[in-house]
Amino acid sequence: MSIQREDIAMIQNVERYLEGKMLPNEIAYFEQLRKNIPEIDEMVVEHNMLMHHLDNYSNRLDFKNALNDIHDKLSQQGDIQETNEVSRTGRIVQFYNKYKRVTAIAASVGGIIALVISAIVSSIAPASNNNKLEQLNRVVAQIQQKQQSQGNKLNEVAKNKEENIIVNSGGTGFLINAEGYIITNAHVLHGSSGANVMSADHEIYDASIVYRDEIRDLAILKISDNDYTSIKKLPYTIKRSEMDLGEELFTLGYPRNDITYNKGDISASTGHDGDTLSYQIQMSANPGNSGGPVFNKNGDVIGIISTREKQSQGVSFAIKSKNIFRLVDDLKKGDHPVDIKLSTSASSIKNKDRVSQIKQIENCVFLVKAFNKKLNK
Amino acid sequence: MKSEYTEQLLLKGLANNDSKAIEIIYKDNFKMIQNFIINNNGDYDEARDIFQEAMIALYEKVQSESFVLTCKINTYVYSVCRRLWLKRLQSQGKFSNQMEFVEETVPIEDDIEIHEKRNAEYEIMERALSSLGEPCKSLIEGYYLKKMDMQAIAKEFGYTNADNAKNQKYKCFMRLKKLFFSQYNIGE
Repeated sequence: MSIQREDIAMIQNVERYLEGKMLPNEIAYFEQLRKNIPEIDEMVVEHNMLMHHLDNYSNRLDFKNALNDIHDKLSQQGDIQETNEVSRTGRIVQFYNKYKRVTAIAASVGGIIALVISAIVSSIAPASNNNKLEQLNRVVAQIQQKQQSQGNKLNEVAKNKEENIIVNSGGTGFLINAEGYIITNAHVLHGSSGANVMSADHEIYDASIVYRDEIRDLAILKISDNDYTSIKKLPYTIKRSEMDLGEELFTLGYPRNDITYNKGDISASTGHDGDTLSYQIQMSANPGNSGGPVFNKNGDVIGIISTREKQSQGVSFAIKSKNIFRLVDDLKKGDHPVDIKLSTSASSIKNKDRVSQIKQIENCVFLVKAFNKKLNK
Repeated sequence: MKSEYTEQLLLKGLANNDSKAIEIIYKDNFKMIQNFIINNNGDYDEARDIFQEAMIALYEKVQSESFVLTCKINTYVYSVCRRLWLKRLQSQGKFSNQMEFVEETVPIEDDIEIHEKRNAEYEIMERALSSLGEPCKSLIEGYYLKKMDMQAIAKEFGYTNADNAKNQKYKCFMRLKKLFFSQYNIGE
């Protein structure tokens, strides 16, 4: 395709004319040209139309983004419920408000009548009823005892967690900022003195262990390899707020040597044994997924996969992403303070389809291989 | 209840991209549409989709000079959503006659038609831009969408000077024109 210099000069003039950048005498000359040469007139009209369509396109794109931002904001504030149930603050509430007083009076009248009746009933009821009530109480106590012992058993499981976790040799980790800091599970590095990481395209880089927090089960690595070229900006953001039940999730990890995609959803807002630092998620995680990022459908990081339940298929636990912020805060205050800036600017993959989201994320998810210099028992 | 004045002010804000106004309209109306969609075979995500499309229709309507809204915002939004949802159900073969009329509706057929024409134009532009390829796509977006000046564009893309970047931009513009109008005229 060859475009003549004159063509370009002509477009330039058309654009200047349309953008009002011409001088008055230029305009007069140009308008004369338009009148005399139909091709030029046609060019102006087409150019103008295309600019108009570009403007429309741009406005709509901006507005769409604005709508999505507002939607997310409102849903975070709780003004919008992400639910498939009909909310009760519609008509029925309006109706209720309207007839509140009447209902209140009716209810209180009803309440008084109920009290009077129950007083009468209890005064004439046979005394033998009391025994039954006690018995019932005991049964309740028994049930409670049972529940407690079940709870204890669960606690035992929790204590034995270390043994239940299958991963030891390696896991997954992901970038938390553009400077090459990677987060993973502390248990991935358990008993290891060093680590390296492998990217989705199978490049291996040296990494140093910056921090381990065995209680939160989180650790931070930093890619220390000179061959590593850091990325400009993370495509995702790390969420501080908590997610709701039923939210759609996906993860990338290394249960094998190749990066692997998996999806699921949040099934409980607490983890194993009511652990409020984690979510329970419905996703089949495998050994090697540990330390992997959990994304919501917009591609924001909302958690880190940590463990799974051995008995039940597909039940896994993910540490909530707000713990990353806490970890980083701790690190700032520690003996050897390290200041890590987390990626919190809006994710750039929000409205993309899953395939292109993954394409952008996969470069930020690594296989973590922990190794020991000395032999471990 | 909101006074006429507030509604007018909201619409003015919407036309001027005032995010506070958009947020108020969003907050005041989304729940109604969510309930409507969910009550009629839809789910939350579909409600979000349909509602946002209605918001776009309203947004583009208020921007035209001849704009008059003869009803309340919520009536308009509901009417558009209802029509859009019916259409979507129909296209999925899920049409049911028992769609309930919870709110009053106003005739919006003409508006829907304009909206659909705009949808088509938007899609053509989207396709034309994406088939431009790089660096044309980013150049055009930088200049015509993000309104960056040529100096900044030249710097960001690594052209040695603004004139070279400008030259390339004009070439890209010509290609875009070709791509866009070849599709656009088919659609006519």
